Order: sequence, then structure tokens, then C-alpha cells
Amino acid sequence: MRVSRQERDSALAMEPLRPAGPAEGFVGSTLHAIKDVFDHRELLGLLTRREIKARYKDSALGLIWSLIRPIVQLLVYWVALGQFMGMMRAIPEFAVFIFTGLTIWQLFTDIVTQGTNTIVANAGLIKKVYVPREIFPLSTIGSALFNFGMQMVVLILFLGLRSAQLSARHGEGVNLFPLGSRWIYGVLALLLTLLWAGALALLLSAINVYLRDTQWLVEISMMVLFWASPTVYALRMVTDQVGGWLLQVYLANPMTMAVLGFQRAFWVPGDGFDTPGTVCREVTTYDAGGLVEAAQVCEPGRVVFGPTAYPGNMMLRLGIMIAICTVLLWGAHRVFARLQANFAQEL
Amino acid sequence: MSPNVVEINGLSKRFVIRKEKSLKERIVNWGRSQEHKEDFLALQGIDLNIQAGTTVGLVGPNGSGKSTLLKMIAGILQPNQGTVRVRGRIAALLELGAGFHPDLTGRENVYLNASVLGISKEETERHFEQIVEFSGIEQFIDTQVKFYSSGMYVRLAFAVAVHVDPDILLVDEVLAVGDEPFQKKCMDRIKQFQADGRTIIFVSHSLDQVGELCDRAVVLEEGEIVADGVPAEALKVLRERFDEQRADDLDARHARQRQDAELDRPRVDRVELFDLAGNPLTEADQVADLRIAITVTVPGAGQDVIVGAGVDTPWGVTVIGTNSEMIGTEVGFVQGTQRIDVVYRGLRLARGRYSVHGQVSNVDGVELDRVRDASPFEVEGDDETSAGLTWAHASIERG
Repeated sequence: MRVSRQERDSALAMEPLRPAGPAEGFVGSTLHAIKDVFDHRELLGLLTRREIKARYKDSALGLIWSLIRPIVQLLVYWVALGQFMGMMRAIPEFAVFIFTGLTIWQLFTDIVTQGTNTIVANAGLIKKVYVPREIFPLSTIGSALFNFGMQMVVLILFLGLRSAQLSARHGEGVNLFPLGSRWIYGVLALLLTLLWAGALALLLSAINVYLRDTQWLVEISMMVLFWASPTVYALRMVTDQVGGWLLQVYLANPMTMAVLGFQRAFWVPGDGFDTPGTVCREVTTYDAGGLVEAAQVCEPGRVVFGPTAYPGNMMLRLGIMIAICTVLLWGAHRVFARLQANFAQEL
Repeated sequence: MSPNVVEINGLSKRFVIRKEKSLKERIVNWGRSQEHKEDFLALQGIDLNIQAGTTVGLVGPNGSGKSTLLKMIAGILQPNQGTVRVRGRIAALLELGAGFHPDLTGRENVYLNASVLGISKEETERHFEQIVEFSGIEQFIDTQVKFYSSGMYVRLAFAVAVHVDPDILLVDEVLAVGDEPFQKKCMDRIKQFQADGRTIIFVSHSLDQVGELCDRAVVLEEGEIVADGVPAEALKVLRERFDEQRADDLDARHARQRQDAELDRPRVDRVELFDLAGNPLTEADQVADLRIAITVTVPGAGQDVIVGAGVDTPWGVTVIGTNSEMIGTEVGFVQGTQRIDVVYRGLRLARGRYSVHGQVSNVDGVELDRVRDASPFEVEGDDETSAGLTWAHASIERG
């Protein structure tokens, strides 16, 4: 379809002049960026696919690797924390518990750590073409969501298999599969994670251009933050130790709420659970010399867990945090928009 | 009257050159960091309007801000002062294969690269066959790009690039790569774009190319526009600047040569251009008679030498050359300083700028010294019936 010179000229004359590059303005630039990204959604899709495809290209197992990592992680925590440190006796269905927490946590770390690097990693493109730069952090969100989706599939399959196994052992129907309004918690937790991680990724990716130390700082922070939310231990273990304002600080961490929300959705045994298992008790005996000897006596019985305590008004808390993180995301974009002016020359 | 597609007002761009990089240096120089920053004005006070449908060449010496200006129009860099406003779809070909990922196949990269250049997926699908055919790598299209030869890579990237559909096309020197047929394809494509009424803004070091393709040339020097107008006028300004620079270089060279004077080696002292009557020549007709005077010095005991001279374009392409051996007239034994003239009669030159060179060799043909870019001269004429290095009057006759 050829357009004649005159047609092109008159079409151009109708168009207003626009500033080259991203738009300026307080609110306007964010709205403009959203439109700009929407116009480039095909590119966003392709970049996301590039991230996913290129990561495991040439490896025999390919995408399966993205599942092996969380499964191994699950096994390590299950053995070390669950078995050796006895967390299994305090938390029902410990494997489901950690897998739920790790799935949402993995999404968060993927977005933040990869997002931080994304502008620097795409320096070649940023220096040579103008595309809305927000696309790069967003594409890491896309590829992280893909991984998350894969893990969710595994989690759901696992829940199904475990339900069947327990039903067979109990001789009665046991359902670990989340039903009904539980899903609302899952959706809210996911939304909160995306907003919070997205805000951090936008902010840190821009800062990382000017200060490359950021990416290393992020790596270390993730290690600390992992233990700052109840992913592999129960919230009750925190409330037993701290209370008052310190607990509120702990709960103010968006990822704590996201992990709790996700557990509330996908970790059904947390509502209270009893299962056939091994019950142990301490038996103290005295030998002839009068020395005390302690021993454990274990026998088959029923293991009963009470319902897990969640912070009150969870729905409200999640809602407030989502609102706060939306504002933070906007703030992060303001900083991003300000800093991106010099991306091409700083990279 | 076509609308303006680019309007630039009072544009300035400053780069900060930081000299310190390590943390230690930063800490040691804390608070004095201003001293360690050096401002560099890449562009200053640029005002430029570009009308739809024109082809504009940005030219200038290295570091004059051409590429920076192009990136500002593309929106890659943001101005420190002033505004850059545009209308219409822009495609920037600053690099071939932007966004190519080595681990993806050719097919995947075509879609990605096309998307980066603003071609929709639909369009890419429609043109896919053409793109692959154009690149000539059908059998490797599903191979990862990292296994491509550099030629295949460039061909594929270019095949995608020519399918852009912008109102404004920005081209950096990317088109200077590739073999001759490839360059020819580029030129054909650019002419096609011109016929479509698209605006093309391109940076080039090839003044001939600018002269051939552009309606308008903008000459930049040290971040400022020093000339803007029809290519012939603007390029003349630039060529004069280049000549000044070259003269400076030659002076420096002569200074070095004087130091070498004690060396026992024949050298060319200077090369001058005269007409047949012996008057200095700076402008010649399209059919020119040239007398190139080479002054050679053979120090010490003297030796047999061969002397040569010729005419070059500003880009170092020799239009014509000869030496005393080819002519069959021996210069023979030279001792001390001597002037030897090489005379060309009836040399047909296309309009443009040229310079002369002179050289001296020993009898084995080993070149001992050469002076280039001497005595620049301009060939002027009214006959525009042909183009190229040489000239003839051309006409069409129906058989």
C-alpha cells in the first residue's frame, strides 16, 4: 500500500508537534508512558519471550530447569528445617506451606533482581533506538510471571496428589485444594507482589545505571528479606518472640502480607488439621545410681493442629497495602522518568 | 507547502566527562567532585527546521555533534536546553540489528528487530518472505544468530531495516558497511523512500554521497551549525575547513621532515600545480591541462630516481597517476634539489574538488616519499549531462 507524497504531507500537517522522547509533566508523563507502553505491547511481548527463550536456550532440559530450582529449594528447606529442626511438628503439611511461600517469594526476587539489571543489560538497545524504557523492567515482570505460572501449575498438581494420598491413608476425603473465597487472598497477594516488586524494579533499574553497586546491594538485601517474611517459618514463631510496634513493623513489610495472603489462599491445612501420624512423648526414668535418663517414646496416633493465626483484618490490610504500593509505583515511575533522560549517555 | 516534521529551537546538549571511576577516588575527592567533572558541549544553540519530504545530510568532522543531533531527534538523548519537537512516525537506523539476541534464531530475531524499529507484527508477517529472500539466507533462518557469519548477520539486519515504514528515517553511518552490491541496494532503497515523500535525515562522512542524495546539507562543527543550505554550497564550506585542517597537518609534517633532513634519503619537498604557462592553478575547466611540479631533494651523493605525480579526489581515490618510468622519460641521476614537472593535457574531470600528489621512488620502484593532498583545486563547468569521476558530454539518440 503506497501512500502518495501529498497524502503523507496532509496527514503529517494534521498531526501536532510532539517533543522527541518521553513526555514531560507531573502526571502527564505517567499517563503518556502508559499509552506509550501500550502502543509498544507487541515489542513488550517479544522482549518477554526473548528473556524466557534465551535463558535456557541450548540446554537439554530447557524450561524444566525453571522448575527444578524451586523444587530443589523446597526439598532443602523441607529436610533441613522440617525434619532436622522439627518445624514439621509445628506446621501442618510443611511441604505445602513452604512451596506456597517460595512460589510467591520467587516471583518477587525474580522481578526485583532481574529488573534491577534490565536497563544496563539492554544498554545496546537503549543507546540506539527510542522505545519507552519502562518496557525493559516490564519485560522482566513478564518473564517472572511465566516462571510463576509454571510453579503454580506444579503447586496445584502437588496439592492434588497430596490430597489423594492423604484421603487414601485416612480412609476419608481430605481436600488440600483451595476452594471459594480463598482465591481472593491469592489474587490480592499476587497483585500486591506485582505492584511492590514493580515499583522496586523501576526505581532500582534506573538507579543502577548511575550506581552499579545497586545490583550487588539488591542481591544481599534479598537474602536478608527472605528471612524477614514468614516463608519457611510460621508467623506464630514471630509473634511468640516480638509484639507491639516491632510486630507492626514486621507486618508492614508488603512481602510479609503477600506471603501470608498467599498461604491463606493455597495452604488449606493452616485452617486446622488433623492427620494420622506418629505421636511422641518424653519418658523420664531413674537408674540404680539415681541418674535421670530421658527417652522419647513414639507410637502411632493422630496429630492435631489448631488453626494458624493470621493478622486481623487481612483483607483490609492487603487492600491498604495495595493502595500504598500503587502510589509507590507511581512515585518510582516519577523517579524513573526523571532519571531516564540521561540513560543513553550514562550507559 | 509541506509541514515541518522536525523543529529544533535553541538546542544545547552538555556531556559531563567524569575522570574518576573507582570508589576510592570518589571518597578521596569527596566534595571536590566539581573539579573532576569536565563539561563538554556537544551541541550548542542549534535551530533547525526540517520540512517533510526533504533529504537532509548532516556532515562535519569527527566529534562535531552530528550523531548526537541525530540521537536528539530520535529522542534517545534529552536536551539540556531548548526543545526538539517532531511529528510523524520515526525510525532510527543507528545500528543494524538493534535488539538481535545471539541465542535466538534468525526468524525470532527478525520479529524482534522489526518490532524495535516500529514495524507491527502483522506487517512483519506480510513481509517475512521478502525479508528472508532479500537477506539471501533462507536455509539458515532457523539457526541461532550466533552461528551466522558477520556478513549474514548484517544482511539479515538490513533486510529487516529496509522494511521500516516511517515518515522520518534517521540513518547513521550504518549504511557504510557491507559490500558494493549491498551498498547499491541501500542507495536504491533510499531513493525509493525519497520518491515516497518520506523525510530522511542522515549522517555521513561521504560528501559525495551527501551531494548526490540530499536536497539540503547541514554542516556542524564543534556543536554548532556553520553552514546550512543546498549541498553544493554547504559542502564547499566544509571542504574549505578540511583543507585548512589538512594544511595544518602538512605544516606539521614538514616540520618533522626538516628534522629528518639529515637522513640520507630522497624526499619530496613540495608539490605545486600550475597551468601549462606556469601560472599557479586553483580552478580548472572540465577539460584541464595541468602541470604538476614536484621538487625533490636527494641528499648526499645522489642517486637515480623515478618521479611520479597524479590527481586525487578528497577521499583519496586516485583519478589518474603516472611516473617517469611509465612515461618512458628517465629522470636519472639527481643530486641536491631539483624540480621535475609532470604535465597532463586534456584531462577530463567531473565537477568537484581535487588535489594532487607527488612521489619519488628508487629505480627498483620502492616508494621513498610521497606528498598527498597538495594544491587543492576546483573543477567547474556547465555541462551536467554526466556524473562520476571523469566527464564527457552525454546525449541520447534514438536508434
